[in-house]
Amino acid sequence: MLWHALTLQLGYNATLVTLGAMLLGIAAGVTGTFLFLRKRALVSDAISHATLPGVGIAFIIMVALGGDGRSLIGLMLGSAASAWLGLLCIGFLTRRTRLAEDAAIGAVLSVFFGIGIVFLTFIQTMSEGRQAGLEGFLLGSTAGMLFSDTVIIAVGGALVLLAVIAFRRPLSAVAFDPEFAASRGLNVARLDLIMMGLVMAITVVGLKIVGLILIVALLIIPAVTARFWSERVTGVLWVAGIVGGLAGYTGAAVSAIAPALPTGPVIVLFLFAMFALSLLFAPARGVLAAVLKHLSFQRRVHIRQGLLALAQGQPIYEKLTLRLLQRAGLARADGVATQDGKARAAKALRDETRWQMARSREEFALAATFYDGLTEIESVLTGDQIHELDRLIGAPKAVHS
Amino acid sequence: MTAIELATSNGTHMAETANDAALAIRGMTVSYGQKPAVFSVDMTVPVGSMTAIIGPNGAGKSTLLKAALGVIKPLAGTAHVFGQPVSTSRERIAYVPQRASVDWDFPTRVIDVVLMGLYRELGLLGRLRGAHKAKAMDCLERVGMQDFATRQIGQLSGGQQQRVFLSRALAQNADLYLLDEPFAGVDAATEKAIIDVLQTLQSSGKTVVAVHHDLSTVCDYFDRVFLINTTRVAEGSIKDAFTPQTLQEAYGGRLATGQLGQTALGA
Repeated sequence: MLWHALTLQLGYNATLVTLGAMLLGIAAGVTGTFLFLRKRALVSDAISHATLPGVGIAFIIMVALGGDGRSLIGLMLGSAASAWLGLLCIGFLTRRTRLAEDAAIGAVLSVFFGIGIVFLTFIQTMSEGRQAGLEGFLLGSTAGMLFSDTVIIAVGGALVLLAVIAFRRPLSAVAFDPEFAASRGLNVARLDLIMMGLVMAITVVGLKIVGLILIVALLIIPAVTARFWSERVTGVLWVAGIVGGLAGYTGAAVSAIAPALPTGPVIVLFLFAMFALSLLFAPARGVLAAVLKHLSFQRRVHIRQGLLALAQGQPIYEKLTLRLLQRAGLARADGVATQDGKARAAKALRDETRWQMARSREEFALAATFYDGLTEIESVLTGDQIHELDRLIGAPKAVHS
Repeated sequence: MTAIELATSNGTHMAETANDAALAIRGMTVSYGQKPAVFSVDMTVPVGSMTAIIGPNGAGKSTLLKAALGVIKPLAGTAHVFGQPVSTSRERIAYVPQRASVDWDFPTRVIDVVLMGLYRELGLLGRLRGAHKAKAMDCLERVGMQDFATRQIGQLSGGQQQRVFLSRALAQNADLYLLDEPFAGVDAATEKAIIDVLQTLQSSGKTVVAVHHDLSTVCDYFDRVFLINTTRVAEGSIKDAFTPQTLQEAYGGRLATGQLGQTALGA
């Protein structure tokens, strides 16, 4: 059954929903990357919670006007309006009062969400409200989605994606160095507003599928996951798009076979799995890589220090140093250097002397900045330069009288 | 000379200096909250000069630069660059912010940072071409960072970070260079490399203004000083404006008199 869902064999409608969710996931991952890079991730949580009163009010207005109140486009417009109001409140609190942004976010998030819940409860008491299924907007649901709903979500996601791609350069410039960007004439405040507008669009479009409580995950986790895999904005954008797309796709597919299961949590669990794998196993920034790197660095430090001690005939007190030297075949268990160890120790001492000379001479000042006790002198200086150092070391010292 | 003649000649004189100046700041006031950080400051930087902005901590040195550039909005005041408002002459200005103002773990490589200096040439949707990369590499070479082009910026030392920032400014090919504490926390080799680049810029007719904190190197590196402590204290050539009296006025009791005598040339 799951396989059928994942390979899009559950019929036309389920397929459409799955593809729509995938597109939404890609757009959310890419948009959220800029939010993450600008260090404004939490604002998206406030935006999403601030949509709830709008959903309720839009429903009530549509019913009052004689509609059935469940029109997705109408609910989206309502949620966008109240999210925008929430955003304005955060901006006002941050700029005009002494509140910091985190406090403003907390206040707006909880107050708007609370108001929204009041509206939702009130709607439950309306005769039209009982089958409204507005609770689906909290945790997301693909059950009972209409063809037109899917089209709205897919087109909305695609439009946001295009806009983010168009603005990627100024958005990265502002995220990395807002002062420099401003000095180049970029309007930082307006670009931040554009970014927030796009985040809001994603939130509103994704409300139905992911739900407002967990949409923040679809915006932020892909970017955080992608950061483990790339050291460039372009790379992070690509990986975040893929991660978001996969999560949206899987979430909707699973939800198609288990309609009682809300989509949002499924998507979040899937995102978390990808995040956890990246955290542990990413080649450069992952936890495992960091541990291995640290161990290998520690080994280099101990061997270097051990070799210098051997060369100068000093005893080695640290057990770890001795063990590492032994394992590398450089020393015996009693701390006496092997043949190989003697040669390496002599070279280590010679290089150390060369470094000391380089650090004392004006003409080697730049190279000397690379000295850290571990860097091989051959990787910094040419053969001729090392030769020159040897000449200086060998030459009799100037006599100061 | 009659009073009217005097007024006229003064008027033309003022207008001339403002129009000829590489940077002319008039009546600049910036305030964070209710306390002005910079109050009614005038500054006139002649073309081709090299000016150090000096003053105690919190004197408004960086704030003045940022306000002139429009990075922060001043309460009052104007800034003109080569006689034009800053907003219409951004191509002629290169700004080097404080190194500590950005997150160096940002996912970007050294060359990408330099390419940001070409942002205006690229436009919103323009494609990055080989020519742009060649230009960026050239600018990295001028600060001795060409071997680091593809490094992630998080792997750089403080001095290397500062060189990359300078390199980004070079890529803009501007006429006026505004630097905020370019020598703060850098190694001696970097300091030398940066001052070489700045002096080369000056000898090719460019104008350099730098916020500077090391009084002992002012005379070696710069030919003009601008002393500020919320308001302008002194401005002019090293000989005229960098004296024990002006330093005393700018720093108050914060410098020992012996120190003043040593650092100021005019003593």
